[in-house]
Amino acid sequence: MSSPEEEFFETEYYEEVILDQWTVRGIVTTMVPLLAILSILQMVSGTVLETFEDQLLANPSLLILVPVMIGTAGNLGSIMCSRLSTQLHLGTLEFTPENRAIRSNAGAVIGLAATVFVLLGLGAWGIGRALGGTLALWEVMLISVISGMLLAVFVVVVSLGAVWASFRLGHDPDDTTIPVVTNVCDITGVLILFGVVAVVL
Amino acid sequence: MSAHETVGDVYRQSLPVILVSLVAGLFAGTILGTDTMRNGIESVPGLLLLLPAFLATRGGVYGSLGARLSSGLHQGLIEPYFSRDKRITNAIVASFINGMVVSVFIAVVAFAVLIGLGRSGSLLELVGIMVIAGFLSAVMMLLVLLSVIFIGYRRGLDPDNVIGPVVTTVGDVFGVAFLLVGVYLVGLVL
Repeated sequence: MSSPEEEFFETEYYEEVILDQWTVRGIVTTMVPLLAILSILQMVSGTVLETFEDQLLANPSLLILVPVMIGTAGNLGSIMCSRLSTQLHLGTLEFTPENRAIRSNAGAVIGLAATVFVLLGLGAWGIGRALGGTLALWEVMLISVISGMLLAVFVVVVSLGAVWASFRLGHDPDDTTIPVVTNVCDITGVLILFGVVAVVL
Repeated sequence: MSAHETVGDVYRQSLPVILVSLVAGLFAGTILGTDTMRNGIESVPGLLLLLPAFLATRGGVYGSLGARLSSGLHQGLIEPYFSRDKRITNAIVASFINGMVVSVFIAVVAFAVLIGLGRSGSLLELVGIMVIAGFLSAVMMLLVLLSVIFIGYRRGLDPDNVIGPVVTTVGDVFGVAFLLVGVYLVGLVL
């Protein structure tokens, strides 16, 4: 008698579904279309950067803000979404403002953003100065903190909306929501950053 | 996970990941802000245009490889050692192909957008830079990611917790650095 485990490895399900997920063709044909769509979407951020090229080249502090903004936006989005979707799976999530899980997650995202963007303001100003930039500390700090806090509010709203929508539509938020929200937040991060740059400078 | 975590609990749990990505972003930003890179941005039209897509797809390609290897380890489908195991080599080859195909694709799309914006640019130059940067980051990401996942797993670390920070850090810092190498090498030829 073979064990249930050994039997499992002989089933058609195993052969066709599990092994197929590990073929070069399977992985490439699933991933390339997603990555292609992602690249096209990211051209929105790219176009914004290209439009602000002169200002970015003149002020290295602004260039330094870009990768952090992109990285932090996606990170905050994925923290918020993955925690909300875990709580949804555990059955402890209700979509009311009184819900403790929503309040702690939203509060934490705002707090994390405040921490990161104050540190980023200091860092980007200091490094920018060392690289020959001329922006004042208050200018870099203002840009970093205002865009960071706007981003945090956006992340909270979009994550809540996305998890709620995927729950309503009957999708597992882990599969679809996180990649979508992460990329939407990345792109919005750059848009917010340069919206604020345009107003402040 | 408790249902009643406070703001402070969530903040403390998430802070390390966010700080790691802040430091990585500052490194990447510093490379972007150097004179050499700024000259590169100035002399290569379209470089800023493809930057976000290039950085985002590093995460997509290697983050998904990490997640795949991690699930494979948890399911017992693969062993945490460098070997000629069919699944591991398939996953590595596929990620390499994904990385290269997408890098070339980004160069072509960026060129199309550049033309659409009414600017001029060189398709050959952008493709050359992306092939070099894509290849170098593939080699670096595969080496670092496989080592961290396998060695970490053997020592009892859950790969799911380390993949995100590793991909972000290595991807951003080396991504920008290799873009610079690409600009330099293509500049020598063209």
